[in-house]
Amino acid sequence: MRQILTFSLLFSTIRLSTPLVLAAIGGLYSERSGVINIALEGLLLAGAFTAASVTYYAHSPWVGLGWAIVAGAAVAAIIAVACIRFKADQVVTGTGINILFIGLPAVLSGALFLSSGSTPQIPKENLLPDLAHLLPFLPSWRILTDVSIISVLALVVVFVTRYVLYHTPFGLRLRAVGENPEAADAAGVAVNRMRYVGVIMSGALAGIGGAYLSIGQSSLFTRNMAAGRGFIALAALIFGKWRPVQTMLACLLFGLADALTIQMQGVAKLPSGEDIPVQFIQMIPYVVTIIVLAGFIGQSRAPKALGTPYQKER
Amino acid sequence: MIELRNITKRFANVLANDSVSFKVAPGTIHAIVGENGAGKSTAMRIAYGFYTADSGEILINGEVREIRTPHDAIALGIGMVHQHFMLVEPMTVAENIVLGAEPGSAVSLDLRKAGEEIRRVSDEFKLSVNPTATIESLSVGQQQRVELLKALYRHAQLLILDEPTAVLTPQEVEEFFAILRSMREQGKTIVIITHKLSEVLAISDNVTVMRDGKVVGDLKTSETNAADLARLMVGREVLLRVEKPAAKPADVVLSLKGLSILGRDGSKRVDNVSFEVRAGEIVGIAGVEGNGQTELIEALAGLIPASYITGTISFVGRDITQTDARKRKELGIAHVPEDRHRRGLLLDFSLAENTILGGHYRRPAVQANGVLLDQKGIQQRTDQVIRDFDVRPPNAALPARALSGGNQQKLIIGREFELPPKLLLVSQPTRGVDIGAIEFIHRKIVALRDSGCAVLLVSAELEEVTALSDRLLVIHKGKIAGEVDPTVTGNEEIGLMMTGGKH
Amino acid sequence: MIKKCPVCERTYSDESISFCLADGALLSAPEKTDAAPTAVLPSSLRPTEQSKQPALTPTMTSLTPPEPVLPVGADKPPRLPRTNPLVNLGREILFPLIAVIAAFIVGGVVILIIGDSPIQTYKLLIGSAFSWPDGIGYTLFNATPLIFTGLAVAVAFRCGLLNIGAEGQLYVAAFAAAWVGFKFGAQDPGNNVITPFFHLPAIVLVPLCCIAAIAAGAIWGGIPGLLKAKFGSHEVINTIMLNFIAVALLSYFTQYHYKVPGDPIMQTTPISPSADLTHLGKFIPGLPARIPLNLAFLLAILACVLVYVFLWKTKWGYEMRATGANPSAAEYGGVSIRKQIILAMAISGGLAGMVGINEVLGYRHRYYDGFSANYGFVGIAVALLGRNHPVGVFLAAILFAILLRGGIFVDAFTMHVSKDIVDMLQGIVIVFVAAEAMFRGPLKQFGLFKKAKI
Repeated sequence: MRQILTFSLLFSTIRLSTPLVLAAIGGLYSERSGVINIALEGLLLAGAFTAASVTYYAHSPWVGLGWAIVAGAAVAAIIAVACIRFKADQVVTGTGINILFIGLPAVLSGALFLSSGSTPQIPKENLLPDLAHLLPFLPSWRILTDVSIISVLALVVVFVTRYVLYHTPFGLRLRAVGENPEAADAAGVAVNRMRYVGVIMSGALAGIGGAYLSIGQSSLFTRNMAAGRGFIALAALIFGKWRPVQTMLACLLFGLADALTIQMQGVAKLPSGEDIPVQFIQMIPYVVTIIVLAGFIGQSRAPKALGTPYQKER
Repeated sequence: MIELRNITKRFANVLANDSVSFKVAPGTIHAIVGENGAGKSTAMRIAYGFYTADSGEILINGEVREIRTPHDAIALGIGMVHQHFMLVEPMTVAENIVLGAEPGSAVSLDLRKAGEEIRRVSDEFKLSVNPTATIESLSVGQQQRVELLKALYRHAQLLILDEPTAVLTPQEVEEFFAILRSMREQGKTIVIITHKLSEVLAISDNVTVMRDGKVVGDLKTSETNAADLARLMVGREVLLRVEKPAAKPADVVLSLKGLSILGRDGSKRVDNVSFEVRAGEIVGIAGVEGNGQTELIEALAGLIPASYITGTISFVGRDITQTDARKRKELGIAHVPEDRHRRGLLLDFSLAENTILGGHYRRPAVQANGVLLDQKGIQQRTDQVIRDFDVRPPNAALPARALSGGNQQKLIIGREFELPPKLLLVSQPTRGVDIGAIEFIHRKIVALRDSGCAVLLVSAELEEVTALSDRLLVIHKGKIAGEVDPTVTGNEEIGLMMTGGKH
Repeated sequence: MIKKCPVCERTYSDESISFCLADGALLSAPEKTDAAPTAVLPSSLRPTEQSKQPALTPTMTSLTPPEPVLPVGADKPPRLPRTNPLVNLGREILFPLIAVIAAFIVGGVVILIIGDSPIQTYKLLIGSAFSWPDGIGYTLFNATPLIFTGLAVAVAFRCGLLNIGAEGQLYVAAFAAAWVGFKFGAQDPGNNVITPFFHLPAIVLVPLCCIAAIAAGAIWGGIPGLLKAKFGSHEVINTIMLNFIAVALLSYFTQYHYKVPGDPIMQTTPISPSADLTHLGKFIPGLPARIPLNLAFLLAILACVLVYVFLWKTKWGYEMRATGANPSAAEYGGVSIRKQIILAMAISGGLAGMVGINEVLGYRHRYYDGFSANYGFVGIAVALLGRNHPVGVFLAAILFAILLRGGIFVDAFTMHVSKDIVDMLQGIVIVFVAAEAMFRGPLKQFGLFKKAKI
């Protein structure tokens, strides 16, 4: 066990949690406004593919990151139009977007890079930097060399979100719209406009998370590289009761399970001396989610209007 | 202050407002009366920007203004308190009041400053509410105060109140009217929508009467009387005087002993209730809504899990406390639920499919094999209900959604009455139902009683329960506050019992 | 016409008043009795019965309660909406069709941007499916799993549930079918990975494998149903989680227990030859046996029929649809919602599990890790496009199967477009079908589909 509980576990947890936190907080904006966002997976993929492609051509991770945000927001805008303007089923639309972004990046990368679903390698100097890279005058402690600037950004996003949600008029309106849109409307709040903002915010944040996957954590986009992280982020959001800090903690928990999976490969032994099959460690976050959903979360309350389009008779 | 000119509004196939015009003078209390569905609320919701009119215009202080959203209305100094409160339950009073008109800057919500302002306004109008309490912890009366504060906080000069007394007891109504009068003294203009004539006479300066989406009268309150108004709106209370022969109660059909029901939050919704209902009598339950009536009826119908219930329910001498809803229906307990859209109907299903709900698993809905539906049997059954209960239009293939409220209710009543039942549980039988259907339904209930069925009736309309019931139980906070003879005890006294004032 | 109050002698001229406004006594009956109105008023506002009801006799003056006379058939029934089945059918088909066309247009733009001809691409994508025997054979083979998953999603949908877990359910089912297939039947000589329990003959083994697949799918689908019924946890998240768990679990079993040692591919040992499902080539002249279209396709058609009969012709189906349409009302009608949720998810899982029959018994003859081409998710598109109706599901499954078949040719014969275009189109179709209101507005402008006034 000693070998496992090291600093590298901590850093690997932070790394693996980063995209989850960004996607989950993104989902929070959408769901607090009353729109289920099951498309976080697709949004991550959209961000990841855009970031990798743009960075490959532009040779700058910042340009790539910027366009990833734009792409995430644009795809989210499509979801918003479908679900808010045309009152499409939110879960179904999200599922469609998820399938679309299994196909679309592959089609585009096939055309752009003549590959089957992945982008070319991006040189290390063009990837999103860690803290020590960005601020070279700092000492080379691991907390600075092993943590990406995006991880720090994710942390900032969490606390900014907490402030925005509970201490600004915007947050008050966002919560009201997700809880009782009719009441918000009667109070003069433009319900659907708030929802558009919420959903598009979720796309922008998930776009950053996606960019981190392709040009932060790794150095290229590969087919379906989100590998279910969007769904895990959604589970973390529910686990965290739609609150920013709790959601982040849930993401860290799932990140830890993921980190353990990697660290324990070939290390952890059963008493009999056999390896613990990695699949069982992989399953942990999913099983935990199910148990949590059945247990404590039963008491917690989703935004009341979550999933229902706001329809007023005109 | 405000004037509506030729406002016309059509919903799908109903003309809700037909060229509605009237004027509200500043500094007055103006009542708009009319029976359910007359178009009162629609007109005022248009004035508040909740709906947009198909044609017509609205003048504020003599100028034509476009009001497309509530936001526009608020900017023009209009506030509205809706019949169903527009409050965000998990948020605090202060948060609800400032929502949409937040103090402080865009990046910082100054709730403390808001709190001071709220306190100032609430002192001015004597509406004391704790700004930091959450809405869900407040009583209905307090929630109504929050709604008023919400409008006053936005400096509303014109307040529109939609059926504000529906949730209040007679005593609370008096307090509420006192508040309204003090607001008028402070120069506010108030429009109050109601269908109760006594309130119109008690509080208003002017009154506009609506019927079938049209304005049929515009009067000074001092120059009119209840009879005139009633004639104009086709008096609802008057119609509620149901003619029925004296009851001939026979054997006990339903007997409750020490029945208590817990809510999902663990609170006691019904507390140690015991009473009996005999064949051939109508027992009414009067009470302010939310005092346990809903839970009581649902528990008797078998729709609340037995784990939430203590005490015993006996039906014709048999303990049915543990019996499920299906079995109870088989035993002969019919149930007309309070909310027909939520409980009573499958709105997208055809009338035929709705007619077999509850009996869909046995003859005549299924064939002899017990599995396959019997289309012919279903059709016959549906035709019978449609004929006997005058459901229009008489087309079994239509979706239930296509029917008017009255016809939907007739379909449900027909379905339940043709069981035929030994006990009828009926809740809000005429809510949102047009007058013709009200009379029809009342007659059917009395006829069912006379055929020897026991009837337990719950209604929020005091006039309805007193008119129909042979015996009346008053419920308050889940307890039976007393039993009265509705032909002897007056509504004032019953009202007092409903608030727990007297035993 | 003047009415008079018998008690206080007030008179009223308003016809709609039947009681005295001062004392509530019934007004004496109007002299005029033949005034049945011929005009049809809007039924929702004022039923015509009112003016024709005979005034009730006050109890004080009469001992016999009045018999209410119902105005049955006295006046013309209101105009009824047209219920022409052909028009309805057209309406059902139109929007899915528009959604598909719209998706193809959007896809065409993408193809154009990446530098290929949309027309040529679509020609390959769709045209490739109609050659005999390969095109048609493979298209129907590809359609088989989509029919099953489409039905699975549709049944759950009809009960108000969204089964995103068909993917996991079909994996578990396929593995169960394979496990029974190699544990209960004789193996080829030389295969010594598995020692079967029994050597069952095909006539027993094939049905047994099918049952295993359906049962395993039903259990895996029933779990989220049970969780929802018991704890109220949302089936969407739980089915997604169970998808991941299924994949991990089966990869473990495959890797550690049932793989042929040294096999680089993640697949189990083959099933017993007695568990093979016959290819349809055996019965259809001109269809070569190499095309894997097998009896499972007929099973899929049978499943469509059974699902239809179940949902619309039995009391069980009625209960399930009622639960989906309005759970509160279903509960009021004596239906146990919890039971329906579990049952619907189990049936849904069982249908999804039937994919395993096609895949394992009819095609690969072993469990192959990760075989599903997103069948479970595409099933959502199939169900939606097919309006959650078995006939629609069948047609939508064929359409998507055509695309799957065509994708291979697109890959091979276009410059830039890859077969991933199929995933992309499926995604767009789902979004368009979900947001069909988008097309309703413009169509209304042309006066189509005016709501029948009642």
